[in-house]
Amino acid sequence: MRLLGIELYKIWHNKTSRVLMFGYFLLIFSIAILSTINVEFGPIKFNLAEQGIFNFPYIWHFNTFIIALLKIFFAIVIVAMIANEYSYKTIKQNLIDGMSKGEFLKSKVYTIATFVGISTLLVFIISLILGGIYSDYNEFQIIFSELEYLLAYAVKLFGFFSFCLFLAILIKRSAFALGFLALWQVFEGIAYGLLRWRLSDLIPQLSAEQVIKFFPLRSIGNLITEPFTRLSAIQNIADQLGEGFTKDYGVSFLNITVVLVWSALFIWGSYSLLKGRDL
Amino acid sequence: MEENLLELTQLSKSYGRLKAVDQLSLTLKKGNVYGLLGPNGSGKSTTLGMVLNVVNPTSGNFQWYGGALTTHQALKKIGAIIERPNFYPYMTALQNLNLICKIKQCKTDSIQEKLELVGLWDRRHSKFRTYSLGMKQRLAIAAALVNNPELLILDEPTNGLDPEGIHQIRALIIKIAKSGTTILLASHLLDEVEKVCNQVIVLKNGVKFYEGSVDGISQTYGYFELKAKNLDSLKQFLKGIAQVESIEEENNGLKVFLKNELESEELSEKLAEAKIFVSHLAKKKPSLEDQFLTLTQSK
Repeated sequence: MRLLGIELYKIWHNKTSRVLMFGYFLLIFSIAILSTINVEFGPIKFNLAEQGIFNFPYIWHFNTFIIALLKIFFAIVIVAMIANEYSYKTIKQNLIDGMSKGEFLKSKVYTIATFVGISTLLVFIISLILGGIYSDYNEFQIIFSELEYLLAYAVKLFGFFSFCLFLAILIKRSAFALGFLALWQVFEGIAYGLLRWRLSDLIPQLSAEQVIKFFPLRSIGNLITEPFTRLSAIQNIADQLGEGFTKDYGVSFLNITVVLVWSALFIWGSYSLLKGRDL
Repeated sequence: MEENLLELTQLSKSYGRLKAVDQLSLTLKKGNVYGLLGPNGSGKSTTLGMVLNVVNPTSGNFQWYGGALTTHQALKKIGAIIERPNFYPYMTALQNLNLICKIKQCKTDSIQEKLELVGLWDRRHSKFRTYSLGMKQRLAIAAALVNNPELLILDEPTNGLDPEGIHQIRALIIKIAKSGTTILLASHLLDEVEKVCNQVIVLKNGVKFYEGSVDGISQTYGYFELKAKNLDSLKQFLKGIAQVESIEEENNGLKVFLKNELESEELSEKLAEAKIFVSHLAKKKPSLEDQFLTLTQSK
Protein backbone atom coordinates (compact mmCIF):
# COMPACT_ATOMS: atom_id res chain seq x y z
CA MET A 1 0.00 0.00 0.00
CA ARG A 2 2.83 2.37 0.90
CA LEU A 3 4.64 1.50 -2.34
CA LEU A 4 1.48 2.04 -4.35
CA GLY A 5 0.99 5.39 -2.64
CA ILE A 6 4.50 6.49 -3.56
CA GLU A 7 4.02 5.62 -7.21
CA LEU A 8 0.59 7.23 -7.46
CA TYR A 9 2.03 10.38 -5.87
CA LYS A 10 4.66 10.49 -8.61
CA ILE A 11 2.11 10.00 -11.38
CA TRP A 12 -0.48 12.30 -9.87
CA HIS A 13 1.84 15.30 -9.80
CA ASN A 14 2.87 14.87 -13.41
CA LYS A 15 0.53 16.78 -15.65
CA THR A 16 1.09 14.69 -18.77
CA SER A 17 0.51 11.42 -16.95
CA ARG A 18 -2.57 12.82 -15.28
CA VAL A 19 -4.06 13.97 -18.58
CA LEU A 20 -3.32 10.66 -20.27
CA MET A 21 -4.80 8.73 -17.40
CA PHE A 22 -8.00 10.71 -17.31
CA GLY A 23 -8.13 10.64 -21.07
CA TYR A 24 -7.88 6.89 -20.93
CA PHE A 25 -10.69 6.49 -18.43
CA LEU A 26 -12.86 8.98 -20.31
CA LEU A 27 -12.29 7.13 -23.57
CA ILE A 28 -13.56 3.97 -21.90
CA PHE A 29 -16.83 5.77 -21.34
CA SER A 30 -16.86 6.92 -24.92
CA ILE A 31 -17.84 3.43 -26.02
CA ALA A 32 -21.31 4.51 -25.00
CA ILE A 33 -21.21 6.96 -27.89
CA LEU A 34 -21.24 4.01 -30.26
CA SER A 35 -24.81 3.38 -29.21
CA THR A 36 -25.90 6.72 -30.57
CA ILE A 37 -24.54 6.12 -34.05
CA ASN A 38 -27.40 6.34 -36.48
CA VAL A 39 -26.78 5.97 -40.14
CA GLU A 40 -29.57 7.12 -42.36
CA PHE A 41 -28.85 6.29 -45.92
CA GLY A 42 -31.93 6.83 -48.03
CA PRO A 43 -34.34 4.08 -47.13
CA ILE A 44 -31.78 2.17 -45.05
CA LYS A 45 -31.82 3.08 -41.41
CA PHE A 46 -28.99 1.69 -39.39
CA ASN A 47 -28.54 1.95 -35.68
CA LEU A 48 -25.46 0.30 -34.32
CA ALA A 49 -26.96 -0.29 -30.92
CA GLU A 50 -29.85 -2.18 -32.49
CA GLN A 51 -27.60 -4.54 -34.39
CA GLY A 52 -27.17 -6.55 -31.25
CA ILE A 53 -23.69 -5.40 -30.25
CA PHE A 54 -25.01 -4.59 -26.82
CA ASN A 55 -26.84 -7.86 -26.30
CA PHE A 56 -25.83 -9.93 -23.32
CA PRO A 57 -23.63 -11.91 -23.28
CA TYR A 58 -22.12 -10.77 -26.57
CA ILE A 59 -21.52 -7.30 -25.10
CA TRP A 60 -18.84 -8.72 -22.78
CA HIS A 61 -16.92 -9.88 -25.80
CA PHE A 62 -17.49 -6.76 -27.88
CA ASN A 63 -16.71 -4.19 -25.19
CA THR A 64 -13.63 -5.90 -23.83
CA PHE A 65 -12.25 -6.21 -27.35
CA ILE A 66 -12.90 -2.59 -28.32
CA ILE A 67 -11.85 -1.04 -25.02
CA ALA A 68 -8.67 -3.11 -24.93
CA LEU A 69 -7.57 -1.18 -28.02
CA LEU A 70 -7.24 1.88 -25.79
CA LYS A 71 -4.56 0.22 -23.68
CA ILE A 72 -1.83 2.03 -25.59
CA PHE A 73 -2.72 5.26 -23.76
CA PHE A 74 -1.92 3.79 -20.43
CA ALA A 75 1.09 2.01 -21.90
CA ILE A 76 2.52 5.46 -22.63
CA VAL A 77 2.04 6.44 -18.99
CA ILE A 78 3.86 3.29 -17.86
CA VAL A 79 6.75 3.68 -20.25
CA ALA A 80 7.08 7.37 -19.37
CA MET A 81 7.00 6.74 -15.63
CA ILE A 82 9.95 4.37 -15.93
CA ALA A 83 11.93 6.34 -18.50
CA ASN A 84 11.52 9.52 -16.41
CA GLU A 85 13.01 7.82 -13.40
CA TYR A 86 16.09 7.14 -15.48
CA SER A 87 16.35 10.51 -17.20
CA TYR A 88 15.77 12.47 -13.97
CA LYS A 89 18.03 9.97 -12.16
CA THR A 90 15.37 9.84 -9.50
CA ILE A 91 15.65 6.06 -9.47
CA LYS A 92 19.10 6.59 -8.01
CA GLN A 93 17.73 9.03 -5.47
CA ASN A 94 14.89 6.65 -4.54
CA LEU A 95 17.41 3.89 -3.84
CA ILE A 96 19.62 6.21 -1.82
CA ASP A 97 16.60 7.33 0.15
CA GLY A 98 16.10 3.74 1.22
CA MET A 99 13.91 2.02 -1.34
CA SER A 100 15.21 -1.39 -2.30
CA LYS A 101 15.33 -2.33 -5.96
CA GLY A 102 12.62 -4.89 -5.29
CA GLU A 103 10.41 -2.24 -3.71
CA PHE A 104 11.00 0.08 -6.63
CA LEU A 105 9.79 -2.56 -9.06
CA LYS A 106 6.93 -3.57 -6.82
CA SER A 107 5.66 0.00 -6.69
CA LYS A 108 5.46 -0.06 -10.49
CA VAL A 109 3.84 -3.50 -10.69
CA TYR A 110 1.27 -2.64 -8.01
CA THR A 111 0.38 0.50 -9.94
CA ILE A 112 -0.10 -1.50 -13.11
CA ALA A 113 -2.24 -4.04 -11.28
CA THR A 114 -4.34 -1.29 -9.74
CA PHE A 115 -4.99 0.35 -13.08
CA VAL A 116 -5.84 -2.96 -14.67
CA GLY A 117 -8.28 -3.50 -11.82
CA ILE A 118 -9.90 -0.09 -12.22
CA SER A 119 -10.05 -0.47 -15.98
CA THR A 120 -11.67 -3.90 -15.72
CA LEU A 121 -14.17 -2.62 -13.21
CA LEU A 122 -15.08 0.29 -15.49
CA VAL A 123 -15.59 -2.05 -18.44
CA PHE A 124 -17.80 -4.21 -16.26
CA ILE A 125 -19.94 -1.27 -15.13
CA ILE A 126 -20.25 0.30 -18.56
CA SER A 127 -21.15 -2.96 -20.22
CA LEU A 128 -23.71 -3.63 -17.53
CA ILE A 129 -25.32 -0.22 -18.08
CA LEU A 130 -25.24 -0.33 -21.88
CA GLY A 131 -26.48 -3.89 -21.88
CA GLY A 132 -29.20 -2.96 -19.45
CA ILE A 133 -30.42 -0.28 -21.85
CA TYR A 134 -30.08 -2.01 -25.19
CA SER A 135 -29.91 -5.75 -24.63
CA ASP A 136 -32.75 -7.90 -25.91
CA TYR A 137 -32.07 -10.50 -23.24
CA ASN A 138 -32.22 -9.52 -19.63
CA GLU A 139 -32.31 -12.83 -17.80
CA PHE A 140 -29.89 -13.07 -14.92
CA GLN A 141 -28.15 -16.19 -16.23
CA ILE A 142 -27.58 -14.65 -19.62
CA ILE A 143 -26.32 -11.34 -18.27
CA PHE A 144 -23.68 -13.02 -16.17
CA SER A 145 -22.58 -15.61 -18.66
CA GLU A 146 -19.34 -15.34 -20.63
CA LEU A 147 -17.78 -13.24 -17.91
CA GLU A 148 -14.51 -14.97 -18.73
CA TYR A 149 -14.01 -12.16 -21.23
CA LEU A 150 -13.46 -9.80 -18.32
CA LEU A 151 -10.82 -12.13 -16.95
CA ALA A 152 -9.22 -12.29 -20.39
CA TYR A 153 -9.37 -8.49 -20.53
CA ALA A 154 -7.56 -8.10 -17.22
CA VAL A 155 -4.90 -10.65 -18.15
CA LYS A 156 -4.48 -9.07 -21.57
CA LEU A 157 -3.87 -5.62 -20.10
CA PHE A 158 -1.59 -6.92 -17.38
CA GLY A 159 0.47 -8.92 -19.88
CA PHE A 160 0.78 -6.00 -22.25
CA PHE A 161 1.75 -3.53 -19.51
CA SER A 162 4.30 -5.97 -18.09
CA PHE A 163 5.88 -6.12 -21.53
CA CYS A 164 5.94 -2.29 -21.63
CA LEU A 165 7.48 -2.20 -18.15
CA PHE A 166 10.19 -4.59 -19.19
CA LEU A 167 10.96 -2.69 -22.39
CA ALA A 168 11.09 0.63 -20.55
CA ILE A 169 13.53 -0.72 -17.99
CA LEU A 170 15.58 -2.38 -20.72
CA ILE A 171 15.79 0.67 -22.97
CA LYS A 172 15.35 3.54 -20.45
CA ARG A 173 14.03 5.96 -23.08
CA SER A 174 10.29 6.28 -23.58
CA ALA A 175 10.32 6.99 -27.31
CA PHE A 176 12.73 4.15 -28.04
CA ALA A 177 10.84 1.73 -25.81
CA LEU A 178 7.57 2.44 -27.63
CA GLY A 179 9.41 2.23 -30.93
CA PHE A 180 10.79 -1.11 -29.93
CA LEU A 181 7.29 -2.27 -29.08
CA ALA A 182 6.18 -1.44 -32.62
CA LEU A 183 9.27 -3.11 -33.99
CA TRP A 184 8.53 -6.23 -31.98
CA GLN A 185 5.04 -6.33 -33.49
CA VAL A 186 6.65 -6.28 -36.93
CA PHE A 187 9.12 -8.93 -35.86
CA GLU A 188 6.33 -11.25 -34.76
CA GLY A 189 4.62 -10.64 -38.09
CA ILE A 190 7.77 -11.59 -39.97
CA ALA A 191 8.33 -14.59 -37.73
CA TYR A 192 4.79 -15.71 -38.45
CA GLY A 193 5.37 -15.31 -42.18
CA LEU A 194 8.57 -17.33 -42.03
CA LEU A 195 6.92 -20.02 -39.95
CA ARG A 196 4.07 -20.35 -42.43
CA TRP A 197 6.55 -20.55 -45.22
CA ARG A 198 9.09 -23.01 -43.86
CA LEU A 199 7.78 -24.74 -40.78
CA SER A 200 5.63 -27.34 -42.53
CA ASP A 201 8.68 -28.51 -44.46
CA LEU A 202 10.78 -28.90 -41.34
CA ILE A 203 8.27 -30.20 -38.83
CA PRO A 204 5.10 -31.24 -40.63
CA GLN A 205 3.19 -31.96 -37.40
CA LEU A 206 3.34 -28.30 -36.33
CA SER A 207 1.43 -25.46 -37.90
CA ALA A 208 2.60 -21.85 -37.77
CA GLU A 209 -0.46 -20.97 -35.68
CA GLN A 210 0.53 -23.44 -33.04
CA VAL A 211 3.94 -21.87 -32.64
CA ILE A 212 3.11 -18.19 -33.01
CA LYS A 213 0.52 -18.30 -30.28
CA PHE A 214 3.31 -18.64 -27.77
CA PHE A 215 4.88 -15.31 -28.82
CA PRO A 216 4.22 -12.48 -26.35
CA LEU A 217 2.27 -9.99 -28.42
CA ARG A 218 0.40 -12.63 -30.38
CA SER A 219 -0.62 -14.48 -27.25
CA ILE A 220 -1.83 -11.19 -25.76
CA GLY A 221 -3.72 -10.42 -28.94
CA ASN A 222 -5.28 -13.88 -29.10
CA LEU A 223 -6.81 -13.58 -25.65
CA ILE A 224 -9.90 -11.91 -27.04
CA THR A 225 -10.62 -12.80 -30.66
CA GLU A 226 -12.22 -10.21 -32.87
CA PRO A 227 -15.95 -10.09 -32.19
CA PHE A 228 -17.19 -8.66 -35.50
CA THR A 229 -17.66 -11.84 -37.46
CA ARG A 230 -19.65 -13.20 -34.57
CA LEU A 231 -22.39 -10.61 -35.03
CA SER A 232 -25.52 -12.19 -36.36
CA ALA A 233 -25.90 -9.47 -38.99
CA ILE A 234 -22.50 -10.18 -40.40
CA GLN A 235 -22.92 -13.91 -39.98
CA ASN A 236 -26.06 -13.66 -42.10
CA ILE A 237 -24.28 -11.78 -44.85
CA ALA A 238 -21.44 -14.28 -44.81
CA ASP A 239 -23.86 -17.16 -45.02
CA GLN A 240 -25.54 -15.58 -47.99
CA LEU A 241 -22.19 -15.28 -49.69
CA GLY A 242 -21.54 -18.91 -48.85
CA GLU A 243 -18.63 -18.10 -46.61
CA GLY A 244 -19.63 -19.33 -43.21
CA PHE A 245 -17.21 -18.47 -40.42
CA THR A 246 -16.24 -21.29 -38.20
CA LYS A 247 -14.16 -19.76 -35.49
CA ASP A 248 -13.62 -20.40 -31.84
CA TYR A 249 -14.53 -17.18 -30.08
CA GLY A 250 -14.04 -18.50 -26.60
CA VAL A 251 -11.35 -17.61 -24.14
CA SER A 252 -8.69 -20.28 -24.11
CA PHE A 253 -7.31 -21.38 -20.79
CA LEU A 254 -3.98 -22.26 -22.38
CA ASN A 255 -3.78 -18.76 -23.81
CA ILE A 256 -4.34 -17.16 -20.42
CA THR A 257 -1.61 -19.35 -18.96
CA VAL A 258 0.80 -18.38 -21.74
CA VAL A 259 0.22 -14.66 -21.13
CA LEU A 260 0.57 -15.03 -17.38
CA VAL A 261 3.85 -16.89 -17.87
CA TRP A 262 5.07 -14.09 -20.14
CA SER A 263 4.04 -11.48 -17.54
CA ALA A 264 5.97 -13.32 -14.87
CA LEU A 265 8.99 -13.55 -17.16
CA PHE A 266 8.84 -9.84 -17.96
CA ILE A 267 8.61 -8.85 -14.31
CA TRP A 268 11.37 -11.24 -13.35
CA GLY A 269 13.45 -9.93 -16.28
CA SER A 270 12.86 -6.35 -15.15
CA TYR A 271 14.04 -7.25 -11.68
CA SER A 272 17.22 -8.92 -12.86
CA LEU A 273 17.97 -5.94 -15.10
CA LEU A 274 17.50 -3.56 -12.19
CA LYS A 275 19.53 -5.70 -9.88
CA GLY A 276 22.45 -6.24 -12.21
CA ARG A 277 22.85 -2.65 -13.28
CA ASP A 278 24.94 0.04 -11.68
CA LEU A 279 23.29 3.41 -11.66
CA MET B 1 30.01 4.75 23.59
CA GLU B 2 31.31 4.63 20.08
CA GLU B 3 29.05 2.81 17.73
CA ASN B 4 30.00 1.52 14.30
CA LEU B 5 27.72 3.09 11.73
CA LEU B 6 29.31 1.57 8.70
CA GLU B 7 31.94 -1.04 8.16
CA LEU B 8 33.59 -1.83 4.84
CA THR B 9 35.49 -5.08 4.44
CA GLN B 10 37.80 -5.53 1.46
CA LEU B 11 35.28 -3.78 -0.74
CA SER B 12 36.25 -3.75 -4.43
CA LYS B 13 34.73 -2.57 -7.67
CA SER B 14 36.17 -3.18 -11.10
CA TYR B 15 35.02 -1.75 -14.39
CA GLY B 16 36.50 -4.23 -16.79
CA ARG B 17 40.21 -4.21 -16.12
CA LEU B 18 40.13 -0.94 -14.24
CA LYS B 19 40.01 -1.27 -10.48
CA ALA B 20 37.98 1.72 -9.30
CA VAL B 21 38.03 0.63 -5.68
CA ASP B 22 40.56 -1.92 -4.49
CA GLN B 23 40.11 -3.91 -1.28
CA LEU B 24 38.94 -0.98 0.76
CA SER B 25 38.34 -1.53 4.47
CA LEU B 26 36.97 1.25 6.63
CA THR B 27 34.98 1.84 9.78
CA LEU B 28 32.83 4.89 10.38
CA LYS B 29 32.04 5.62 14.00
CA LYS B 30 29.27 7.77 15.39
CA GLY B 31 30.02 11.38 16.24
CA ASN B 32 32.95 11.99 13.93
CA VAL B 33 33.18 14.24 10.90
CA TYR B 34 35.00 12.32 8.22
CA GLY B 35 36.62 13.71 5.14
CA LEU B 36 36.99 11.37 2.20
CA LEU B 37 39.79 12.80 0.13
CA GLY B 38 41.27 11.93 -3.17
CA PRO B 39 41.93 13.32 -6.61
CA ASN B 40 39.29 13.00 -9.31
CA GLY B 41 38.79 9.39 -10.27
CA SER B 42 40.23 8.00 -7.07
CA GLY B 43 37.12 5.95 -6.30
CA LYS B 44 35.34 8.23 -3.84
CA SER B 45 32.01 8.30 -5.62
CA THR B 46 32.17 4.61 -6.50
CA THR B 47 32.74 3.77 -2.84
CA LEU B 48 29.78 5.89 -1.80
CA GLY B 49 27.70 4.41 -4.62
CA MET B 50 28.33 0.93 -3.28
CA VAL B 51 27.34 1.64 0.30
CA LEU B 52 24.33 3.59 -0.97
CA ASN B 53 22.97 0.59 -2.88
CA VAL B 54 23.30 2.03 -6.40
CA VAL B 55 26.55 0.35 -7.46
CA ASN B 56 27.03 -3.40 -7.10
CA PRO B 57 30.35 -4.32 -5.48
CA THR B 58 32.55 -6.73 -7.44
CA SER B 59 33.76 -8.33 -4.22
CA GLY B 60 33.96 -7.70 -0.51
CA ASN B 61 31.10 -6.45 1.58
CA PHE B 62 29.83 -3.73 3.85
CA GLN B 63 27.60 -3.60 6.88
CA TRP B 64 25.37 -0.86 8.19
CA TYR B 65 24.85 -0.67 11.95
CA GLY B 66 26.92 -3.78 12.51
CA GLY B 67 24.61 -5.80 10.28
CA ALA B 68 21.52 -5.09 12.39
CA LEU B 69 19.76 -3.49 9.42
CA THR B 70 19.62 -4.31 5.73
CA THR B 71 21.14 -1.69 3.47
CA HIS B 72 17.87 -0.18 2.34
CA GLN B 73 16.52 -0.04 5.88
CA ALA B 74 19.70 1.64 7.06
CA LEU B 75 19.51 4.18 4.23
CA LYS B 76 16.18 5.39 5.59
CA LYS B 77 18.02 6.53 8.71
CA ILE B 78 20.78 8.40 6.92
CA GLY B 79 20.86 11.27 4.47
CA ALA B 80 22.98 11.43 1.35
CA ILE B 81 23.73 13.76 -1.51
CA ILE B 82 25.60 12.46 -4.49
CA GLU B 83 27.17 14.41 -7.35
CA ARG B 84 24.17 16.45 -8.40
CA PRO B 85 20.67 16.87 -7.03
CA ASN B 86 18.08 14.47 -8.44
CA PHE B 87 14.46 15.46 -7.98
CA TYR B 88 11.25 15.29 -9.95
CA PRO B 89 11.39 18.50 -12.01
CA TYR B 90 7.61 18.72 -12.32
CA MET B 91 7.05 18.70 -8.57
CA THR B 92 7.50 21.61 -6.19
CA ALA B 93 10.10 21.55 -3.43
CA LEU B 94 7.40 20.70 -0.94
CA GLN B 95 6.01 17.85 -3.03
CA ASN B 96 9.48 16.43 -3.59
CA LEU B 97 10.21 16.46 0.13
CA ASN B 98 6.85 14.91 0.91
CA LEU B 99 7.65 12.09 -1.48
CA ILE B 100 11.02 11.54 0.17
CA CYS B 101 9.29 11.33 3.54
CA LYS B 102 7.01 8.65 2.13
CA ILE B 103 10.03 6.68 0.93
CA LYS B 104 12.00 7.15 4.12
CA GLN B 105 8.90 6.54 6.21
CA CYS B 106 9.65 9.57 8.34
CA LYS B 107 7.37 12.30 9.64
CA THR B 108 6.80 15.35 7.49
CA ASP B 109 6.98 17.69 10.51
CA SER B 110 10.53 18.79 9.92
CA ILE B 111 10.07 19.81 6.27
CA GLN B 112 9.44 23.45 7.14
CA GLU B 113 12.39 23.59 9.53
CA LYS B 114 14.78 22.12 6.96
CA LEU B 115 13.57 24.31 4.13
CA GLU B 116 14.01 27.36 6.35
CA LEU B 117 17.48 26.14 7.27
CA VAL B 118 18.56 26.16 3.62
CA GLY B 119 16.59 29.31 2.88
CA LEU B 120 14.06 27.81 0.49
CA TRP B 121 10.86 28.01 2.51
CA ASP B 122 9.69 31.06 0.54
CA ARG B 123 10.15 29.14 -2.69
CA ARG B 124 8.51 25.94 -1.47
CA HIS B 125 5.71 26.10 -4.02
CA SER B 126 8.03 26.62 -7.00
CA LYS B 127 8.64 23.68 -9.27
CA PHE B 128 12.07 22.11 -8.94
CA ARG B 129 12.90 22.79 -12.59
CA THR B 130 12.69 26.55 -11.99
CA TYR B 131 15.48 26.42 -9.39
CA SER B 132 19.03 27.63 -9.95
CA LEU B 133 21.88 25.18 -9.39
CA GLY B 134 22.63 26.63 -5.98
CA MET B 135 19.00 26.29 -4.94
CA LYS B 136 18.88 22.73 -6.22
CA GLN B 137 21.97 21.89 -4.23
CA ARG B 138 20.45 23.46 -1.13
CA LEU B 139 17.21 21.57 -1.64
CA ALA B 140 19.29 18.40 -1.84
CA ILE B 141 20.73 19.23 1.57
CA ALA B 142 17.27 19.88 2.98
CA ALA B 143 16.15 16.54 1.51
CA ALA B 144 19.09 14.74 3.07
CA LEU B 145 18.27 16.26 6.46
CA VAL B 146 14.53 15.78 6.40
CA ASN B 147 14.65 12.53 8.40
CA ASN B 148 17.07 13.99 10.98
CA PRO B 149 19.73 11.52 9.84
CA GLU B 150 22.25 9.84 12.05
CA LEU B 151 24.79 10.04 9.27
CA LEU B 152 25.00 12.59 6.49
CA ILE B 153 26.92 11.63 3.37
CA LEU B 154 27.93 14.50 1.11
CA ASP B 155 29.67 13.92 -2.20
CA GLU B 156 31.20 17.10 -3.60
CA PRO B 157 28.44 19.28 -2.17
CA THR B 158 29.94 22.50 -3.50
CA ASN B 159 30.62 21.27 -7.02
CA GLY B 160 29.61 23.75 -9.67
CA LEU B 161 28.54 26.46 -7.26
CA ASP B 162 29.59 30.11 -7.32
CA PRO B 163 31.69 31.45 -4.41
CA GLU B 164 28.64 32.67 -2.55
CA GLY B 165 26.91 29.33 -2.92
CA ILE B 166 30.04 27.52 -1.77
CA HIS B 167 30.21 29.74 1.27
CA GLN B 168 26.56 29.14 2.12
CA ILE B 169 26.86 25.39 1.81
CA ARG B 170 30.02 25.29 3.91
CA ALA B 171 28.44 27.37 6.62
CA LEU B 172 25.54 24.92 6.57
CA ILE B 173 27.80 21.89 6.86
CA ILE B 174 29.64 23.41 9.81
CA LYS B 175 26.32 24.15 11.46
CA ILE B 176 25.17 20.58 10.95
CA ALA B 177 28.47 19.17 12.18
CA LYS B 178 28.17 21.24 15.35
CA SER B 179 24.74 19.77 16.01
CA GLY B 180 26.43 16.39 16.50
CA THR B 181 25.45 14.66 13.27
CA THR B 182 28.04 12.24 11.94
CA ILE B 183 29.19 13.43 8.53
CA LEU B 184 31.10 11.84 5.71
CA LEU B 185 32.25 14.54 3.31
CA ALA B 186 33.81 13.45 0.05
CA SER B 187 35.68 16.15 -1.74
CA HIS B 188 38.76 16.99 -3.70
CA LEU B 189 38.71 20.48 -2.23
CA LEU B 190 41.08 20.18 0.67
CA ASP B 191 40.46 23.40 2.49
CA GLU B 192 36.82 22.41 2.56
CA VAL B 193 37.69 19.22 4.39
CA GLU B 194 40.22 20.94 6.62
CA LYS B 195 37.65 23.39 7.88
CA VAL B 196 35.04 20.83 8.82
CA CYS B 197 36.49 17.37 9.42
CA ASN B 198 38.32 15.80 12.31
CA GLN B 199 39.03 12.48 10.62
CA VAL B 200 40.42 11.98 7.14
CA ILE B 201 40.47 9.06 4.75
CA VAL B 202 42.66 9.50 1.71
CA LEU B 203 42.07 7.44 -1.43
CA LYS B 204 44.23 7.22 -4.50
CA ASN B 205 43.54 4.92 -7.42
CA GLY B 206 40.97 3.10 -5.34
CA VAL B 207 43.43 2.26 -2.56
CA LYS B 208 43.32 3.65 0.95
CA PHE B 209 46.38 5.80 1.60
CA TYR B 210 45.68 7.17 4.99
CA GLU B 211 43.08 7.02 7.69
CA GLY B 212 43.24 9.02 10.86
CA SER B 213 43.12 12.49 12.32
CA VAL B 214 43.61 15.57 10.17
CA ASP B 215 46.75 16.57 12.05
CA GLY B 216 48.39 13.21 11.78
CA ILE B 217 48.06 12.98 8.04
CA SER B 218 51.81 13.34 7.66
CA GLN B 219 54.31 13.12 10.48
CA THR B 220 55.38 16.73 10.74
CA TYR B 221 56.25 19.15 13.51
CA GLY B 222 55.57 22.19 11.40
CA TYR B 223 58.04 24.92 10.51
CA PHE B 224 59.10 28.43 11.56
CA GLU B 225 59.16 31.50 9.44
CA LEU B 226 61.88 33.89 10.53
CA LYS B 227 63.04 37.28 9.33
CA ALA B 228 65.98 39.35 10.52
CA LYS B 229 68.36 42.01 9.26
CA ASN B 230 71.31 39.69 9.35
CA LEU B 231 70.09 36.45 7.85
CA ASP B 232 73.50 34.79 7.74
CA SER B 233 74.21 34.94 11.45
CA LEU B 234 70.66 33.81 12.13
CA LYS B 235 71.13 30.87 9.82
CA GLN B 236 74.40 29.95 11.46
CA PHE B 237 72.82 29.99 14.88
CA LEU B 238 69.79 27.97 13.83
CA LYS B 239 71.97 25.23 12.40
CA GLY B 240 73.23 24.63 15.90
CA ILE B 241 69.76 23.87 17.31
CA ALA B 242 69.09 20.17 17.72
CA GLN B 243 65.46 20.18 16.60
CA VAL B 244 66.16 21.80 13.24
CA GLU B 245 65.98 19.55 10.23
CA SER B 246 66.67 21.92 7.35
CA ILE B 247 66.60 25.58 6.47
CA GLU B 248 65.41 27.23 3.28
CA GLU B 249 65.67 30.83 2.22
CA GLU B 250 62.46 32.29 0.95
CA ASN B 251 61.13 35.84 0.43
CA ASN B 252 63.97 37.52 2.32
CA GLY B 253 63.36 35.22 5.24
CA LEU B 254 64.07 31.71 6.43
CA LYS B 255 61.85 28.68 6.49
CA VAL B 256 63.03 26.35 9.23
CA PHE B 257 61.75 22.78 9.18
CA LEU B 258 61.75 20.78 12.38
CA LYS B 259 62.43 17.14 13.13
CA ASN B 260 61.26 17.38 16.73
CA GLU B 261 58.89 19.41 18.87
CA LEU B 262 59.99 23.04 19.35
CA GLU B 263 57.75 25.77 20.70
CA SER B 264 57.91 29.39 19.60
CA GLU B 265 58.69 30.59 23.13
CA GLU B 266 61.60 28.21 23.40
CA LEU B 267 63.10 29.36 20.12
CA SER B 268 62.68 33.04 20.86
CA GLU B 269 64.31 32.51 24.26
CA LYS B 270 67.29 30.83 22.63
CA LEU B 271 67.59 33.61 20.11
CA ALA B 272 67.45 36.26 22.84
CA GLU B 273 70.16 34.51 24.81
CA ALA B 274 72.37 34.61 21.71
CA LYS B 275 71.46 38.29 21.29
CA ILE B 276 69.87 37.69 17.93
CA PHE B 277 66.68 39.65 17.43
CA VAL B 278 64.26 38.89 14.67
CA SER B 279 61.69 41.08 12.95
CA HIS B 280 59.33 38.15 12.33
CA LEU B 281 58.84 34.81 13.98
CA ALA B 282 55.90 32.52 13.31
CA LYS B 283 55.28 28.84 13.75
CA LYS B 284 53.26 27.30 10.94
CA LYS B 285 51.66 23.99 10.30
CA PRO B 286 51.64 22.82 6.73
CA SER B 287 48.18 23.13 5.17
CA LEU B 288 46.22 19.99 4.46
CA GLU B 289 46.87 20.65 0.82
CA ASP B 290 50.66 20.56 1.31
CA GLN B 291 50.39 17.44 3.42
CA PHE B 292 48.07 15.80 0.96
CA LEU B 293 50.43 16.47 -1.92
CA THR B 294 53.41 15.17 0.05
CA LEU B 295 51.44 12.08 0.97
CA THR B 296 50.14 11.20 -2.47
CA GLN B 297 53.43 11.93 -4.16
CA SER B 298 55.69 10.19 -1.68
CA LYS B 299 54.20 6.75 -2.18
